[in-house]
Amino acid sequence: MHDFFFYLFSALTVLTALLVVLCPNAVNSAVFMIVSFVGTAALFLLLDAFFLAILQVLVYAGAVMVLFLFIIMLLDVERSSRVRPDVVTVVAASVAVLLLAFGMGYLFLTGHDATAATMAAVPQVPGGANPMEYATASRAFGYGLFTKYMLPFQVAGFLLLVAMVGVIVLSKRLTGSNEAGKPSAQEIRESEVSQS
Amino acid sequence: MDWIDILLKVVYCVLVVVVTMTIAGYSVMAERKIASWIQGRIGPNRARIPGIADIPVLGTALVKLGIFQLPADGLKFLFKEEPVPAHVKKVYYTIAPCLALVPALVVLVVLPFGVYYIDGQAHPLVLADLDIGILFILAISSLGVYGVVLGAWAGNNKYSFFGGVRSSAQMISYELALGMSILPVFMWANGPTGGLGDLTLFNVVTSQTALWNVIWMPIPAFVYLTALFAETNRLPFDMPETETELVGGFHTEYGGFKFGLYFTGEYAHMVIGSAVFTILFFGGWQFLPTFGFLPEWVANPWASWGWIGSVVSVIFFIVKLYALMVFFIWIRWTLPRFRYDQVMTIGWKYLLPMALACIVFYAIVIGAWDTFMNVQDTPAIINQSAP
Repeated sequence: MHDFFFYLFSALTVLTALLVVLCPNAVNSAVFMIVSFVGTAALFLLLDAFFLAILQVLVYAGAVMVLFLFIIMLLDVERSSRVRPDVVTVVAASVAVLLLAFGMGYLFLTGHDATAATMAAVPQVPGGANPMEYATASRAFGYGLFTKYMLPFQVAGFLLLVAMVGVIVLSKRLTGSNEAGKPSAQEIRESEVSQS
Repeated sequence: MDWIDILLKVVYCVLVVVVTMTIAGYSVMAERKIASWIQGRIGPNRARIPGIADIPVLGTALVKLGIFQLPADGLKFLFKEEPVPAHVKKVYYTIAPCLALVPALVVLVVLPFGVYYIDGQAHPLVLADLDIGILFILAISSLGVYGVVLGAWAGNNKYSFFGGVRSSAQMISYELALGMSILPVFMWANGPTGGLGDLTLFNVVTSQTALWNVIWMPIPAFVYLTALFAETNRLPFDMPETETELVGGFHTEYGGFKFGLYFTGEYAHMVIGSAVFTILFFGGWQFLPTFGFLPEWVANPWASWGWIGSVVSVIFFIVKLYALMVFFIWIRWTLPRFRYDQVMTIGWKYLLPMALACIVFYAIVIGAWDTFMNVQDTPAIINQSAP
């Protein structure tokens, strides 16, 4: 039963991930990407990692992809002209694919007897599973985040803050002499005239 | 798992879905009746089913109340011709209405709606008592937006498209406030009241025995309720529809049963939103809060009644839920619709900062409570065995 579901959802995830790249229509790609995320969430479920699975759906399928669809629909990407990839892109993509294939092949051939990297001991969660790496309760995640993984957690948060500030700076770029970001009344009138 | 277990689960699921859909259906009737009362009309009072409507006093009263309008409307949706306009994107046009309804029904899986007792130990009446109950609800109901967005896009029509774009922007904005406003509730449920350190909704209900959260967390409750109106696309936040500007909004191109699915989907979302609100802020199925001095049995007077007590608790839960539904309807026919920029301002400039401030405030209060009342020895820390 478990194996069957694993193969089912793996196939679904990989297939839809391929379709994301291969679909000419941007909206189709986005929808397949949602399905792919849900498939990944199902794989997490099979690992008993309910918390991760739900976060996958909540953050990626529920929020990020809505924004993707929003932008695709708003900009009407479909009708924009198709760009043929240039030589540099093709070369870079081929190198990346070769590296990926090599890495996966290496893992397949040697991965069976490889021992997992040993990690530093984690403070014991009161009443949690031992060792904590195997705990699935949401409580254990919180405990780990605020003890052993405190620094990476804070750094990730800081990175997100930097990205947010960057977006605000970019979208509020100074235009000429007037107030930041706000077009003057003259400009608005001109744009209305040119539109009509 | 035995096949009889699976069969039982299926029977339970069908039962829960049937009850929810009946409640949703009758909220449509309640909506029409209450709207007409608010506007000084009589409302639907003609539809009749011959056998039942002929009972002398009761039958006439039911007809006057418009009880039989629901089967009439449902059958109308079912048998109506379904026009599929030539210019729509067929695949998405067909899938989208299902995507609007299905998430609402999936959420039912983790929704506790009553309580039963085995050897004095309370257990929730729920299909699956997941550790991550509330996150499951937030995640799955956030998928409901795809029904609206894809349906609007598939309609291939400027008006419905505008509805879809508005809807996606609105949902994203209010989901943040919605998610943040419930954090104080879970801090409380897992802190001083000695929850098990998880996010189950049953835990939240038991933490409200002394005081319902709405009494001492009025601002999170208000933020949650407002965001809920926006998430369910109800007036004053029905930007995706706005029939005065956008013809019918996202469902302009829909007719027949596909429109019916959207319609029921909206009400199913309302029912589930009200249920979650009841659980989070109104003490779920509990009768009255004890306020710390009333005897313990006031919260669950039916604890010792066996299975009858469980049924009464479910009924009491549904009563609370219906009171909230009436509130939803009341607001719809009272307040005018916000302008689009006002919707964005309310979401980002008022609700979100309010929710954040509440998190900080209640974190300090609960932390102080933990420290000064010295609750290190809560069952959460002592008794939790390894999963």
